[in-house]
Amino acid sequence: MLSHYLSIFTQATFIENMALAFFLGMCTFLGCSKKVDSAIGLGIAVTFVQVVTVPMNNLIFTKLLAPGALTWVPGTGDLFAKIDLTFLSFLTFIGTIAAIVQIVEMTLDKYVPSLYATLGIFLPLIAVNCAILGGSLFMQEREYNFPESVVYGFGSGFGWALAITAMAAIRERMRYSNVPAGLRGLGITFLLAGLMAVGFMAFSGIQL
Amino acid sequence: MQFLRDLLDKQAPLFKKGGKLEKLYPLYEAHDTILFTPGDVTKAPAHVRDGIDLKRLMFTVVIALIPCIVVACYNTGHMANAAMNPDVGMGGWRGLIIDILGIGYSATNPFACFFHGFLYWFPVLIVTFVVGGAIEVLFSIIRKHEVNEGFLVTGMLFPLVLPPTIPLWQVAVGIAFGVFIGKEVFGGTGMNILNPALTARAFLFFAYPAQISGDKVWVAVNEANQIDGFSGATALGRMASIVDPSVPNAIYGPIQEMKITWLDAFLGSIPGSMGETSTLACLLGAALLIVTGVGSWRTMAGVFAGGFVMATVFNLIGSETNALLNLPFHWHFVLGGFAFGMVFMATDPVSSPYTDRGRLVYGFLIGACAILIRVVNPAYPEGMMLAILLLNVLAPLIDHFAIRANIQRRLARNAI
Repeated sequence: MLSHYLSIFTQATFIENMALAFFLGMCTFLGCSKKVDSAIGLGIAVTFVQVVTVPMNNLIFTKLLAPGALTWVPGTGDLFAKIDLTFLSFLTFIGTIAAIVQIVEMTLDKYVPSLYATLGIFLPLIAVNCAILGGSLFMQEREYNFPESVVYGFGSGFGWALAITAMAAIRERMRYSNVPAGLRGLGITFLLAGLMAVGFMAFSGIQL
Repeated sequence: MQFLRDLLDKQAPLFKKGGKLEKLYPLYEAHDTILFTPGDVTKAPAHVRDGIDLKRLMFTVVIALIPCIVVACYNTGHMANAAMNPDVGMGGWRGLIIDILGIGYSATNPFACFFHGFLYWFPVLIVTFVVGGAIEVLFSIIRKHEVNEGFLVTGMLFPLVLPPTIPLWQVAVGIAFGVFIGKEVFGGTGMNILNPALTARAFLFFAYPAQISGDKVWVAVNEANQIDGFSGATALGRMASIVDPSVPNAIYGPIQEMKITWLDAFLGSIPGSMGETSTLACLLGAALLIVTGVGSWRTMAGVFAGGFVMATVFNLIGSETNALLNLPFHWHFVLGGFAFGMVFMATDPVSSPYTDRGRLVYGFLIGACAILIRVVNPAYPEGMMLAILLLNVLAPLIDHFAIRANIQRRLARNAI
């Protein structure tokens, strides 16, 4: 049983790394990776949001949206058995994510103002970070149950955090590089993301 | 020596400012400083009194590679000669040269083997240097930096990690990618993130898998003239495709099938990429690198320890379904590119961490990842290249934490 969760975690972190295998969450990945410290902060924020939203969306999906999910409502009998609200999953997932992000933002603002100031606009942007929504949609597609979705949320968030921290460390070292003028800034960062993905391809193809 | 100096001095005005070939100055400068220690002196402290500059450093690596190159030529030829039908002959331009010189295809004649292999290694080397060198020189002219000997090492390493049958146009495409994307876009030698030679190889590995990871590419014979029942697959490749792993000692099946002993693999008489087969030659190079201080012994020790620990852990776990779990470390060490990667690729001073502690960690993780990929990833029977690239990506992060830990320790020591 433990090995099952461990393999979900490894798969989400390394083999199907959100940033470097699926290229999800690119806007923050490229935009907020100039310094290691803020990258770690953002990584923790994303991991936290992921750990909360994926299981929460899992509950919403299995208890409200999935075909026949509403049969738990007492006194309805077979009335709700045929209801299929899957078409609402996009909307509800985004709604949950936006709410959670808002809570994270207010918490950071109150307790860790320095990190709040560093992350700036990127914190609200987590709400539309494709890695977060992607996590919930992958959870739905792969039909994870509740504990699995907790592990998956943590693994995918942690993998993304690892990728952005590595990227930030590389970019800190790149201050000494002499990049051609036309490539400075985002251009070289895109190239870097590609080269990092080559490194992460070491894991692709592992069957767990 | 004086003759060379005079020759260079005579050409100097052509390339200096205002000369006819002023634009090609980096090319002149490269030859000048590679042959003679430059006359520049430091005018203010700190004074550098040592003649060992980047070029001498890089040359030490090239000298350390000589045993590998010799074995690469010998073994490529030996493998081919042993696998081919001597009555049919080579064909092609290589066959023509061998026939004209009357050297023949004897697998027991060391010179015949060496010469045959040389005809495979040398064209790859030439293509690497012409294509990669052209890009390097072009960049140094446009961007006005020196031609660095970093490329010399990349260019020597790259042919050694390729299979002998690699098409030459792929060599050109690969090294172009490696030098251009792997190095020059970051500003040239010393500023890249990934090892350029491995970037080039990884590019070929993913773009043209048939020519670099297939079963038939490792020995330089074509189907027309090979002996019956021959397969050129590497030992690791065969191990990854063992049919019935539940048989006791199934892992040694491929080794028996190939009729090799541990000593054969250690000396290098097995199929594989040209320069990686001989662990002995790599260790000779390692000795020179460690004695001169050019290669980091910490990285090498780390890789060795990481591989040992990981392989031993896998041995202890054991498995009925994956025979590779049972392969002991002393075999892992001599098969595939483990030793070559450990000595020449992982120690690349640019793409590895700069801190001593960081290098130990980095090496350990490379060794562990390489064995991990070999054992659990059926897609890649050989894990060394990807393990090093992965840790190249993570190296700055390792440095970051090593430095952070050092700051913490010193703060604690001084109780501030």
